[in-house]
Amino acid sequence: MSEATTDGAAAPGPGRPLTAGLRRPRTHLRLAGALLLLALPFYLDRFWLQAGLFAMAAAIGAIGLNLLTGSTGQLSMGHAFFLAVGAYGYCVLAGESSTQNGHALSGLGLPTWLAAVLAVLLAGAAGGLFSPIAGRLRGAYLGIATLALIFIGQHVLFNAGSLTGGFNGRPVPPFSLFGFTFDDTETVVAAVPFHSFEKLWYAALPALAVSAYFARGVLRGRPGRALNAIRDHRIAAGVTGVPVARYRAGVFVLSSMYAGLAGVLLALVFQRTVPEYFGMVLSLEYLAMIVIGGLGSVAGAVVGAAFVSLLPQVLTHYSDSLPLVSAPGTGGVAPGEASRYLYGAAVVAVVLFLPGGLTRPKKPGENR
Amino acid sequence: MTTFIELLLGGLAIGSVYALIALGFVVIFKATEVVNFAHASLLLAGGYVTAVLHDDIGFWPALGVGVAGAAVVGAAVEFLVMRRYRGSDHSVLAIVTIGVDILITTELTRRMGTEVLSLGDPWGDGVVTVGGITLAQTRIAAFVVAGLLITLFLLAFRYTSWGVSMRAAAENPQTAALMGIRLGRVSLSAWAVAGALAAVAALFLTVFPTPGLERATSFAALKAFPAAILGGLDSTTGALVGGLVVGVTESLATGYQGDLSFLGRGIGDLAPYLVMLVVLLVRPAGLFGTKELARV
Repeated sequence: MSEATTDGAAAPGPGRPLTAGLRRPRTHLRLAGALLLLALPFYLDRFWLQAGLFAMAAAIGAIGLNLLTGSTGQLSMGHAFFLAVGAYGYCVLAGESSTQNGHALSGLGLPTWLAAVLAVLLAGAAGGLFSPIAGRLRGAYLGIATLALIFIGQHVLFNAGSLTGGFNGRPVPPFSLFGFTFDDTETVVAAVPFHSFEKLWYAALPALAVSAYFARGVLRGRPGRALNAIRDHRIAAGVTGVPVARYRAGVFVLSSMYAGLAGVLLALVFQRTVPEYFGMVLSLEYLAMIVIGGLGSVAGAVVGAAFVSLLPQVLTHYSDSLPLVSAPGTGGVAPGEASRYLYGAAVVAVVLFLPGGLTRPKKPGENR
Repeated sequence: MTTFIELLLGGLAIGSVYALIALGFVVIFKATEVVNFAHASLLLAGGYVTAVLHDDIGFWPALGVGVAGAAVVGAAVEFLVMRRYRGSDHSVLAIVTIGVDILITTELTRRMGTEVLSLGDPWGDGVVTVGGITLAQTRIAAFVVAGLLITLFLLAFRYTSWGVSMRAAAENPQTAALMGIRLGRVSLSAWAVAGALAAVAALFLTVFPTPGLERATSFAALKAFPAAILGGLDSTTGALVGGLVVGVTESLATGYQGDLSFLGRGIGDLAPYLVMLVVLLVRPAGLFGTKELARV
């Protein structure tokens, strides 16, 4: 599936023969990249697969946030809330009602694929409920208004115990599609034992590819132009016939749905959802991702997501051999803190010195 | 009724502290059009300096150093980061302040660890009882100090040449620059003043009945954001009203938590944000914010 979309992305435009596209070096690079990504589960160990899965889930969420903040100029600090809606929505829809540590957990027990789709729609609906505010406010006003979502989310997650499991969170039912379950039972493929992460890899990769492809389509088409027009000059956009409030609300819903999908994937990788994770720090991480990668582009979101989510994992993995970084609790700089210094500094440095982000070293507006 | 009055007065006191933070936030916005998401970390910095020094040099000098320290941090952020930005998009600058916030907050929370630091204030847990109404001394001190500082600030804003240049820069930066007002100096002083006000607020956010300066203090400081927004980002009056509204809402919601138990525990922390959302639904520019008019 991933290969198919990669081909589609590089497909020659009308009037150009197919072979011309195949001869371009870019196409070959993309094909090679896609093949490499597809082959990785056969070679990487569990740690790197998990890190990669986190990065892919984060990339989907970051693409959504970049549509909203990068392309439309609507700052959102509430992205973590929609991730939580996706993650918990999936758990509640797919989980069975059960009793855990004396707490009753309710669940609908739907088929997991249906639950995943519904969880994404649920996140979209939550974004839609916020649209009276998302459609009318802009920039920093919206940023602070969405801050409220984080606190509402945390409040609900800790208090609605029968749905969310409260402080302890709730287990995530493994995903299954057409009778194939992405769980920890061992399946041997080409002499390589496949566990949950190897299997999930092949669910996350197409999800990311489709998300990226769809966002690219949105950005390159009419809606993308409208969104950029709203960002660059709201009034001029309105005068030329762009329904500003409707587009703002619409892109908010779309970005929430991306967050919902990312939340479902994260939940599947974690295998347990806990409320603490979906706090303000997570929202700030997503903002850091899109700024570091490049505001307003899909590739930027993916690069930024990889940077911000792989950094702490890599630092933790190599904390023994790195100077200045030490294991948590030993008094030095813990890997988590070191990575926060790095991406905090990266945000500042990128905005000051590389206004287009890592993926677009030239200034935005110049020819790409 | 006594409970209600106690809660109301306590809310007004803590609200005046929020107003102090929100005021600094609004001053930065007025002077530079930048929304400063690093404000909570300035507050944390001021509080931390005071907490570390008060044992050695006594409380009042430590507070002075803390206030000066936060002002220096604020000015440094402006000088080292904000001034270097060459673009014109202010929402990108808002994201830069988020990066700055991540840096400062990470450093301070790493130093604090899981400790709860005392700021060594002279009031302790003393209370004052007048006519059956009991109030903590710290709350009274907060109200008096915040009131004084706010009055002082508003007078300076109105009558000193610093205040006039600040208002001119807010009104129209280009014209102000042509009239000989140095915009760099204006925004530097705005950041310094905001830092200083935040450091004073840090003191009152961490005294009795709160346990002390800890990681969660920055969450308390965040409540100044809804305060500034619901009053209107570009209005000093709005910051004051917003701060008081947030303080009273929080105090009442916490005080009557028992009657509101169907909403879950900890509703007091959430209430200010809900009020902000309701206000924004009715008035998208806040209670006192100027509606944006643009000429095309």
